[in-house]
Amino acid sequence: MVEAIRRRAAVFLWGVRAYGFIAGMWVRSTLAYRTSFLIMATGNLLTTFLDFVGIMIMFSHVETLGGFTLAEVAFLYGTSSTAFGLADLFLGTFDRIGTRIRDGTLDTLLVRPVPVLAQVAADRFALRRLGRVAQGGAVLVWSLLRLDIEWTAGRVLLTAAMLVSGGVIFGCVFVLGGAFQFWAQDASEVQNAFTYGGTTLLQYPPTLFARELVRGVVFVVPLAFVNWLPALRVLGREDPLGLPGWVDLASPAVALVCCALAGLAWRRGLRAYRSTGS
Amino acid sequence: MGAAAEPFLEVEGLEKVFRIRRRAGRLRRERVEVRAVDGLSFTVPRGEMVGFIGPNGAGKSTTVKMLTGILAPSGGRLRVAGLDPSRERVELTRRIGVVFGQRTTLWWDLPLRDSYRLMRRMYRIPAARYRENLDRCTELLDLGPLLTVPVRQLSLGQRMRADIAAALLHDPEVLYLDEPTIGLDVVSKSAVRRFLADLNSERSTTVLLTTHDLGDIEQLCERVLVIDHGRLMYDGALAGLHEVGESERVLVVDLARELPPISGLDGARTLRTEGPRQWLAFPASASAAPLVGRVAAEYPLVDLSVQEPAIEDVIARMYAGRTG
Repeated sequence: MVEAIRRRAAVFLWGVRAYGFIAGMWVRSTLAYRTSFLIMATGNLLTTFLDFVGIMIMFSHVETLGGFTLAEVAFLYGTSSTAFGLADLFLGTFDRIGTRIRDGTLDTLLVRPVPVLAQVAADRFALRRLGRVAQGGAVLVWSLLRLDIEWTAGRVLLTAAMLVSGGVIFGCVFVLGGAFQFWAQDASEVQNAFTYGGTTLLQYPPTLFARELVRGVVFVVPLAFVNWLPALRVLGREDPLGLPGWVDLASPAVALVCCALAGLAWRRGLRAYRSTGS
Repeated sequence: MGAAAEPFLEVEGLEKVFRIRRRAGRLRRERVEVRAVDGLSFTVPRGEMVGFIGPNGAGKSTTVKMLTGILAPSGGRLRVAGLDPSRERVELTRRIGVVFGQRTTLWWDLPLRDSYRLMRRMYRIPAARYRENLDRCTELLDLGPLLTVPVRQLSLGQRMRADIAAALLHDPEVLYLDEPTIGLDVVSKSAVRRFLADLNSERSTTVLLTTHDLGDIEQLCERVLVIDHGRLMYDGALAGLHEVGESERVLVVDLARELPPISGLDGARTLRTEGPRQWLAFPASASAAPLVGRVAAEYPLVDLSVQEPAIEDVIARMYAGRTG
């Protein structure tokens, strides 16, 4: 038992290291074309930045949105966007797994001594995706300066934990979507609805949406744990579903459960591939 | 010494059944079982070079995928270097090299040298050994000028050579090659063949290659395994395969002018004529030299070439020989 756990841990650490050097190689190769990288990164930053400008324009016509002020919405936007940006940076090319399954190039990954998950995740690692993290971070910092909140240690910790667990939850959705493609090979659009669609949803206050939708986001796809529930606690607001207070602090636990599920789905998918081929 | 006699690849009653869902009618779907590999048995000792041939869809690739651990067998026993490929896939990866003819294992957008660096880190190859192996491959496969070129800009022949080098950096004990010379020009083809022959004789690397090109087999393999419908049809030397199948090679001669069909030569018959060009069939197990000599002596010979029988023809004749 202990031996099995130790072996699993060793494989995990080796996977992380392998991710590091594969991603590093991609970074070096993109930096070889520095101008092209700078143009891409700036473009990326600009488009995501314009996204938030839209919300600011909206607020020039209204005082509050679903009872939330601009600074509060910016807080939601910043946390969701940063968490999503982190997941997108590390796992954003994961949906290419579908192509790899279809054209059989997954086979070439299976004959190398590196976990397939790490190889797929690190493939075409693109530093320009940092643009989204930077933009999310900027909006978040701006909102923190504007928010009239007393920053106790608890609130700071909760915000930090929210960003990390949020990134992990989004990452798990990427992996789950990828794993699902072992059975349904065009599932990447469904997964995009949860990731790209999810982050847009989470940028707005939950009070804006129908209760059924909010309930779905809490219980079916645990996206509400990315920022809604913990952010409401930070902002000192009631959640529209009236859930017990400890739920606001459950994000890290939810993230861990997501990891276990995503890991399980991935192993099953890979096993299905290895017994059916394609 | 005992290890050398022990089989390196052991395949016994190997099976692979695919369950495919097929549409039958508007909504109904039925499940169909396809037996891609159907009770295959053979062993290969360490250091042997074996050709694996058969028509398309015969089960060659499926067998290689099971030998490399990519696919799990549906039945039978399989050992490579004492390991169970499907269960001990990751351990096995360090001891095998694979070249998929049509797909590259290299990173499409990275310069070749970066791909090799990644390989070094993935396989944790000690620096000195990596240097040595890379230098050797670079020299013998003539990769020097290509190391800084992104893989996507390489020609098919260059890419194949680059892929073979990539599969050998970690000193594998066995090398699987899937159609290593397909689509290559004559020069690349002979470079690849020479390299493989050296590899096998100098490092006694076991080599298993699937191919459609009888020339590959002729120049490289003492032993051929013919597989069809997932079963082993023949196991032995290539010459023996020609005898079993009574296959023929074709001598194409260009004469100085149009003449009646060449006749009266022992063991050869004229298949057809087209102007000054004539096609003469002769047994594949015989040498072409005496025949060429006699044609040259008796006819105004301008040019000639020899066509090898296609693998499909050899196998088709083999069937005919068995049933007839």
